[in-house]
Amino acid sequence: MLVKFFFMLREAGLKVTLPEFLTLLDALDAGLAGYSVEEFYYLSRSALVKDETKFDRFDQVFGAHFQGAETLFGEHLDEIPEEWLRRQVELGLSEEEKARIEALGGWDKLMETLRQRLKEQKERHEGGNKWIGTGGTSPFGAYGYNPEGVRIGQQGSRHRRAVKVWDKREFRNLDDSLELGTRNMKVALRRLRKFARQGADYELDLDDTIRSTARNAGMLDIKMVPERHNSVKVLLFLDVGGSMEDHVRVCEELFSAARSEFKQLEYFYFHNCVYEGLWKDNRRRYNQRMPTLDVIHRYSADYKLIFVGDATMSPYEISYPGGSVEHLNEEPGAVWMKRLLNTYPKSVWLNPEPVQRWDYTPSIQMLRELMDQRMFPLTVSGLEEGMRKLL
Amino acid sequence: MQKGRFEGTERYIATKDLMAAVNAGVTLGRPILIKGEPGTGKTQLAEEVALSLGLPLHQWHIKSTTKAQQGLYEYDAVARLRDSQLGKERVHDIANYIVKGALWEAFDSEVKPVLLIDEIDKADIEFPNDLLRELDRMEFFVYETRELVKATHRPIIIITSNNEKELPDAFLRRCFFHYIQFPDAATMSSIVEVHHPGLKKQLLSEALNAFYQLRDTPGLKKKPSTSELLDWIKLLLAEDVPVEALRGGDSRKALPPFYGALLKNEQDVHLFEQLIFLNRRDAR
Repeated sequence: MLVKFFFMLREAGLKVTLPEFLTLLDALDAGLAGYSVEEFYYLSRSALVKDETKFDRFDQVFGAHFQGAETLFGEHLDEIPEEWLRRQVELGLSEEEKARIEALGGWDKLMETLRQRLKEQKERHEGGNKWIGTGGTSPFGAYGYNPEGVRIGQQGSRHRRAVKVWDKREFRNLDDSLELGTRNMKVALRRLRKFARQGADYELDLDDTIRSTARNAGMLDIKMVPERHNSVKVLLFLDVGGSMEDHVRVCEELFSAARSEFKQLEYFYFHNCVYEGLWKDNRRRYNQRMPTLDVIHRYSADYKLIFVGDATMSPYEISYPGGSVEHLNEEPGAVWMKRLLNTYPKSVWLNPEPVQRWDYTPSIQMLRELMDQRMFPLTVSGLEEGMRKLL
Repeated sequence: MQKGRFEGTERYIATKDLMAAVNAGVTLGRPILIKGEPGTGKTQLAEEVALSLGLPLHQWHIKSTTKAQQGLYEYDAVARLRDSQLGKERVHDIANYIVKGALWEAFDSEVKPVLLIDEIDKADIEFPNDLLRELDRMEFFVYETRELVKATHRPIIIITSNNEKELPDAFLRRCFFHYIQFPDAATMSSIVEVHHPGLKKQLLSEALNAFYQLRDTPGLKKKPSTSELLDWIKLLLAEDVPVEALRGGDSRKALPPFYGALLKNEQDVHLFEQLIFLNRRDAR
C-alpha cells in the first residue's frame, strides 16, 4: 500500500527520496500516527514534503490515494446508470459534435469503451489522455476538452463525503511561487564571485601579523583586515514583451537569483534589440526611458554585462535604421550593440530559446556573431559556462 | 499528558499538524525544520517545547556572517599567541583555547536538550550543507585536540527559516518539515485567550474582525501577524478602549485605534488611508 503511495508521489513530481520514506516507516513503527488517518496525513506530510509550495500537490496525491483505497470497498464508478451519462452528453454537446461522436464508432462503441476503461481503472485520476478523471484530454471525464467527451462526476457528486483536510487543499495559492528552482541558478551565479576586502576590520590577517611580529622583534603585533565581500558588478539587460512571454518564468527565476547573489546589480529592460533608450519600469516604459548613452557613461567598464533575451526577431530590427517594431530608431540595433560591447568587454548573452533552434533563426545568428559567439542557453549548465566567460 | 509528547503549553497553542511534526522529530531524534510567516511563533516553539518537556534549551542565532564551524567550536589562536608572549602556563594545552559552540554545548548536555538553530536562512547558501554530518550522526571531530565529540543524548533540534534562501535538498531530506500557517479565526481567538485570559468576548471578536479585515487589504507590504495582534490587544486593554470605538472604527471607514501597532510601514498606512477614503466616498 505505502510503496504504491510512495511511487504515486514520485510520479506526481514530488522529489520524495528513499531515506525519507524509510523515516516515515520508522515513525509509523514508533506508533506516531496512532490509528487516525488525519495523524497519518500530518506525519507523512512532515516527513516527505519539505516545501510548503508542494503541499498542494501532496494533498492531491494523498486524496487520490486514499479515495482509491476507499473505492476498494465497493464504490465503483461503473455503477453510473447509462441514462445519466447519456443525458449529460446530450446536455453538453451540440448537434455537430454529436455527429462527430460517430468518428469514434458511434454511441454504443463509445459507451463500450467507457465501460471497459472503467473496469481497468480503479482510482481517481487527473490529467493524462486515457484515463477517466478531471482535466485531461481523454474522451471521458470532466473539465477536459475533447469534443467527444463524456462528463462524469463534477455535477451532483454521488458520494458527498465530509470535506477532509487534504481535500480542502489550503495550500493551493502557495504553489508555483517564484523562488522555485532558483537555488540551482544561485549556485551557478556564484562562479561570478570576486572577493575584495572592504569595510571594518574584522578578521585576523595571519601573514601580516607574522610579518609585523617578526619586525617587532618577536613582540606580538596583531593585524586585522576587513572581511571579504563579493565585489562583482553586474549590468543585467532583460528583453521583455512579445516572444519573451514564453520565457517569463525562467527569466524571473534568473532575476530573483541574481538579485540575491549580487550586491551591485543594475538592471534595465529592452524590447527585442537594444536601441537608444532603456527603461527600468515596464509600466512607464514610454515616459521614463533612460538614454543608453547615459547608461554607458554612468556605469564603468568593470561592470559585467549580461543580456537576457530570445534574440528572436526580424533581422531588420538589428541591421537597419528604423527597423524597430516600436519606434523609429535612427541608428540600427547593431550599432548600439557594438557600442555597448566596446564599453563592456566582459559580456554574455543568455538565451532562453532551446539551442537546437538557434541555427534556424537568422536574428539569433546575427546577434551571436555580434557577441563573438558568447551566447549561452539559459539553463544551469549554460549559465555556468557563461559565468566562466565573464570572469 | 503522555510522557515525552508535546501538546502545546498554557501559553502556546499548537495545531495538530505542528504537534505531529514535533513529536515525530522528538521520537526519531531528527531535526525539525519550521517555516512560516514572521510572527507566527517559530522561535517561541523551541522555548515552549523545552518548557513543556522540562528540558534545557540551547540557542544558536544565525547571522549573515555565521559559519557552521562556529556552532561546533572555535580555536582562539589569538588568545593563545598572546598568552605565549606573556609566558603563561596554560599556553601548553591547546584545549584551553578551544571555545565550545552551541552544538557542542548541546551534545555535552547531561539530559536530552533542546537546541534551537534560529533563522538558518540568514547564513550563507552553503551553511546547511556544512552541518549535514553533524546533524545526521550527532558527532563531529575536533582536529586541534584529536577528539571525537559525540552527543550523549540526541538533542531535539528545532530549526527555523524565514524562506529568504532555499535550503539544499540533502539538508531537507534529513529533517521533518512543518509550515506554520497563519492561524484561522478560531485558533486565533484561542491564542488571544491564552495571552489575555478573560478578555471581553465582544472586544475580542471586534478586534479580530478589524484585524482580519486589515490583513485582507490587498497590496500590503507587511501583513500584521499574530505577535502584532497580541501587542495591539495589549494596547487596547491598557488604554481601556471601549468596544464601540472598535466597531465605529470598522476598518473600512476609519483607521482602527493604535493602528501603528499593526501597520509598520508608512506606505501601508498611506495605502490604507486611501482605501478608507475611497470607501467613504462610495458610501455617500
